[in-house]
Amino acid sequence: MSRGVLATEKRGIRELGAEEFVGWDEVTHGVVLPSFEGELKENVSHIRPEERDYSDFNSYTATVASWRVIKPVYNRDICIDCQNCWVWCPDTSIISRDKQMIGIDYDHCKGCGVCVEVCPTNPKSLLMFAEAEETDAALAKWPEKKKKEKK
Amino acid sequence: MAEKMELKEVEVWDGNYAASQALRQAQVDVVSAYPITPSTPIVENYGAYVANGYVDGEFVMVESEHAAMSGCVGAAAAGGRVATATSSQGFALMVEVLYQASGMRLPIVMTVVNRALASPLNVRGDHSDMYLGRDSGWVQIDAFNAQEAYDLTLCAFKIGEDMRVRLPVMVHQDGFLTSHTAQNIHVLQDDEAYKFVGDYKTHDEMLDFTKPVTYGAQTEEDWHFEHKAKQHKALIESREVIEEVFAEFKKLTGREYKRVESYMMDDAEVAIVALGTTVETARVAAAELREEGIKAGVVAPRCFRPFPFDDIRDALENTKAIAVLDRSAPMGAMGALFNEVSAALYTTPNRPLVTNFIYGLGGRDFSVEEAKRIFKEQKAHADAGYITTPIQQFSGVRGPKLGFFETKRGN
Repeated sequence: MSRGVLATEKRGIRELGAEEFVGWDEVTHGVVLPSFEGELKENVSHIRPEERDYSDFNSYTATVASWRVIKPVYNRDICIDCQNCWVWCPDTSIISRDKQMIGIDYDHCKGCGVCVEVCPTNPKSLLMFAEAEETDAALAKWPEKKKKEKK
Repeated sequence: MAEKMELKEVEVWDGNYAASQALRQAQVDVVSAYPITPSTPIVENYGAYVANGYVDGEFVMVESEHAAMSGCVGAAAAGGRVATATSSQGFALMVEVLYQASGMRLPIVMTVVNRALASPLNVRGDHSDMYLGRDSGWVQIDAFNAQEAYDLTLCAFKIGEDMRVRLPVMVHQDGFLTSHTAQNIHVLQDDEAYKFVGDYKTHDEMLDFTKPVTYGAQTEEDWHFEHKAKQHKALIESREVIEEVFAEFKKLTGREYKRVESYMMDDAEVAIVALGTTVETARVAAAELREEGIKAGVVAPRCFRPFPFDDIRDALENTKAIAVLDRSAPMGAMGALFNEVSAALYTTPNRPLVTNFIYGLGGRDFSVEEAKRIFKEQKAHADAGYITTPIQQFSGVRGPKLGFFETKRGN
């Protein structure tokens, strides 16, 4: 799997609000914002996000990582690729290819924790950690499998 | 292909029917509407045209006027020619979405049959709803009779859809007095009318999948102002396009429209400025007073928005005294038309005397006799050289005389 899926050339390359200011004579007509540069040659749903030529107006090129105080960390060793987190993430920040979970888009994840909530494995394959926590340190702290309580 | 309708050269239509025929002839793609008195027949007729094969369009019945205008916004952003109609309370419920439509530069046409605003509830004609739209960013054109309602609705598409404008357009007519009064209407045949309006040209349409776009973006203090400034400029500069369209319409039909309509104003000493059917009443009064030796004239903004600051000033600057008539309760201020006309005249060397009349609320009749009385009062101001009455007066209301504010320019 290409590393480009996780960190593409255009994803999250600008801070929101840090764009270049232009005057009234240069803003777009009717506040209509194009999603892509130029014209698309094929249906955009057939082009993978990392291969799309997103415009500067598209949220894809902006990062909102600074909004987050806690972050989900993903543990590949436990994940069963059920896609629950991909379905539930409200910000399409779970990166999955061919029904295989790959990682998290930390440019757009707001740290809401929904992915952790819906993860069905034991222990969970996604857990929330402080934003400053290193991934390796987080993985080292991963909890053990919980035993079923005897009835 | 839609069926053609065979029309006589002169048809007997009321304002509502005239407006609906214009929508049919423009072959509107989508009418999203929630019918309301007195504009109900406009959308009702359009629905019948669709059902009977006279329009290749969609009639979308929605659950409120807010939804009606929202449907129009969606259909227009998708890339269709879109129209609707409303009045009064329906207009008020639409207001939020009116601003969305103009901000997104969607050339929707709305035929507004003017009606009073509750409370107290009232279905008759006054201009409260038209005034409610005056900051909404729409072009607002006013028809004074059914013929004009037909003509100007056709023009509205051409004005709003022009690439230099791309703004929504309202065509106003007075509730009942115009909308329900049948008159002889000189009509264009379907092909001529459609040819005049022209094919719809899309701009940033959402159904163009080669260029996906976002409509209705959020902008805060760092971008909002620039977008609003650009929109205001487009509306102010639509004046030129409006004139071009009116000129083209005249070439086709011989019927002439101007952004400001002047009647007997060449040498007028006193004038009435009014909107809607009152303009015709005032013209009759002016013509009768001319026989008595009073140099009376009538000025009427055909375009309420963009406000014809330039032409209104040119039309009125050489008069001595002017009565500006507002058919909308001003609620704690001078009438809006008075304020705007006065502001325009303040920049002239002559600065005529201007007074304000609030009249005709909730469909109260405004007679030729009353118009003549108002003209004569202006003559008295002109002769005295100052305003001899309160600056704002109520005309035609029962009870003791009601007036506010005295001039500081007089004796």
